[in-house]
Amino acid sequence: MNRIKKLFQEKKNILSIYYTAGYPNLGDTIQIAEALQKSGADILEIGFPYSDPVADGPVIQASSKQSLDQGMTLKVLFEQLKDLRKNVTIPVLLMGYVNPVLQFGVENFCKACAEVGVDGCIVPDLPMAEYEEFYQECFEKHNLSNVFLITPQTAEERIHKIDGLTNSFIYLLSSSATTGKNLEVGDTTEAYFGRIKAMNLKNPTMIGFGISDKQTFDKACSYANGAIIGTAFVKAIAEGNLEESVSNFMRKFRD
Amino acid sequence: MKYKVNEKGYYGDFGGAYIPEMLYPNVEELRQNYLKIIADPEFQKEFHQLLKDYVGRPSPLYLAKRYSEKYGANIFLKREDLNHTGAHKINNTIGQILLAEKLGKKRIIAETGAGQHGVATATVCALRNLECVIYMGEVDIERQAPNVARMKMLGAKVVPASSGSKTLKDATNEAMRDWINNPVDTHYIIGSVVGPHPYPDMVAIFQSIISEETKKQLLEQTGSDQPDYVLACVGGGSNAMGMFYHFMDDENVKLIAVEAAGKGVSSGFSAATTYLGKEGVLHGSRSILMQTEDGQVVEPHSVSAGLDYPGIGPQHAHLFKTGRGQYVSITDDESLEAGLLCTKLEGIIPAIESAHALAYLEKMEFKGGENVVVCLSGRGDKDLDTYIKYFNL
Repeated sequence: MNRIKKLFQEKKNILSIYYTAGYPNLGDTIQIAEALQKSGADILEIGFPYSDPVADGPVIQASSKQSLDQGMTLKVLFEQLKDLRKNVTIPVLLMGYVNPVLQFGVENFCKACAEVGVDGCIVPDLPMAEYEEFYQECFEKHNLSNVFLITPQTAEERIHKIDGLTNSFIYLLSSSATTGKNLEVGDTTEAYFGRIKAMNLKNPTMIGFGISDKQTFDKACSYANGAIIGTAFVKAIAEGNLEESVSNFMRKFRD
Repeated sequence: MKYKVNEKGYYGDFGGAYIPEMLYPNVEELRQNYLKIIADPEFQKEFHQLLKDYVGRPSPLYLAKRYSEKYGANIFLKREDLNHTGAHKINNTIGQILLAEKLGKKRIIAETGAGQHGVATATVCALRNLECVIYMGEVDIERQAPNVARMKMLGAKVVPASSGSKTLKDATNEAMRDWINNPVDTHYIIGSVVGPHPYPDMVAIFQSIISEETKKQLLEQTGSDQPDYVLACVGGGSNAMGMFYHFMDDENVKLIAVEAAGKGVSSGFSAATTYLGKEGVLHGSRSILMQTEDGQVVEPHSVSAGLDYPGIGPQHAHLFKTGRGQYVSITDDESLEAGLLCTKLEGIIPAIESAHALAYLEKMEFKGGENVVVCLSGRGDKDLDTYIKYFNL
């Protein structure tokens, strides 16, 4: 059974952490992964940077730019990830935009993911129709899960279709927004989370975008199987000792 | 129909809608409605009325006598420079603002490079009393101050894009981010034939008035609606697509698209996308774009802000790949010289963008008597500073 499925069967209140590969320093990718596992993260989402990240707010844009400036490429990342499974046993997803994947070659990309032990991908600008037509076969051949996003505006019929194409979890955006906005759970957000819960989807859901502290995390967990934190974590590791920054950040959620 | 978009939103290998889920409802709403709205007689009536009374269409097709003598062919200039706001951009913004109204949108956003599309958008927003926010790169805000002032006078809010290279590409990213954050009441007026489907097709349809008129005017003036050559400059490619549109299926009409070579195609300071680019995805569609081996978008360069874009529209990529269009390039220097030549020969100061198309005449060989149409996409008022500096005027 794949690592993601196993995790969701065994655990509640799952905490997934996003960070940008090659940030703050090019060689930090594996160290951060190990530190996050040690301090209680359940899933890692490792971002491969892109020059034009339209779904991201200023913090992740800046970390992407810094990483690229320091020489990060998919080739470099896969080289770094050869050491991933030496110590990291939790599920790992790669997250990034479609153009670098295209240039790397879809087949090469999937193969490289499988070789280093990556469990799945989140590619926000890869739409469902294109995934089905050009990517799905290759992803499945290499046992990669593709995680789709849904927003408060996603129609019910489309959500069911996404559920059908998913074999890991569905990424529930708290609102239609770029990354780094604060989660304000008002009546409409509650109604939306409630609506999704009532749909009884076959896949678990994770709430992302705007989760930054214990309070928003707990709130998200009351509606879904867990939550995803990105911007707040990227901010927290910008400076100082990496191990300390990671464990200080994680302590807020795991004590 | 060989070169038009298919039901999946593709032109051959190019096009599609590579957008995050947050944009899906907006783009899908547009996709489901744009053809229906545009075909509605009431919409057509209002669109054409505004083009006539407000924009000043039809724009003349002018037989440039002295150009013709110089090159030994009949050189016709399609005078988009005479449109209200000074360029072809207004054809599209008029169409899209009417469409946005039909969709019940209350707020308009747009990206702009040189400011021409920003001005054209702010203009129609003033005309229809809609809130208007324009994203413009910090660098462009500095080098295009008069257009920034125009947009402000027209009531638009100009928001600086301070990420990346701080130019058109980044302004487009910021406009897309705005749209993600305002998913219900906002319409994004993209200014070129780029972006996710249906934008490239929709913008091409609104700009196709250029070739529709040209055909009629040619028939009147030459007795045939088929010229030998049609030339236009290409950044994203909206004036070129408007100029090519009704000639695409006339295979005997040669289509020439002129890209900006900047300081030379191999100089590292260029925007010659078909020469330097590879297939990939940018701003929501699969096309040809300038990029690194790793798929990171490369910063383009052109003296002309309107051509300073690292990609081309997907339909252009298709015309290029199938060989239907010939894609060539002109350097900064060649375009400025051509701009001055046009001014001296014909008394018309062209936008530096359009001067790229004119400059290619110098490289063509004519047997004599061919009919050649060049799209004079905009006037050069906005470029006076550049001309003054270059020629020490």
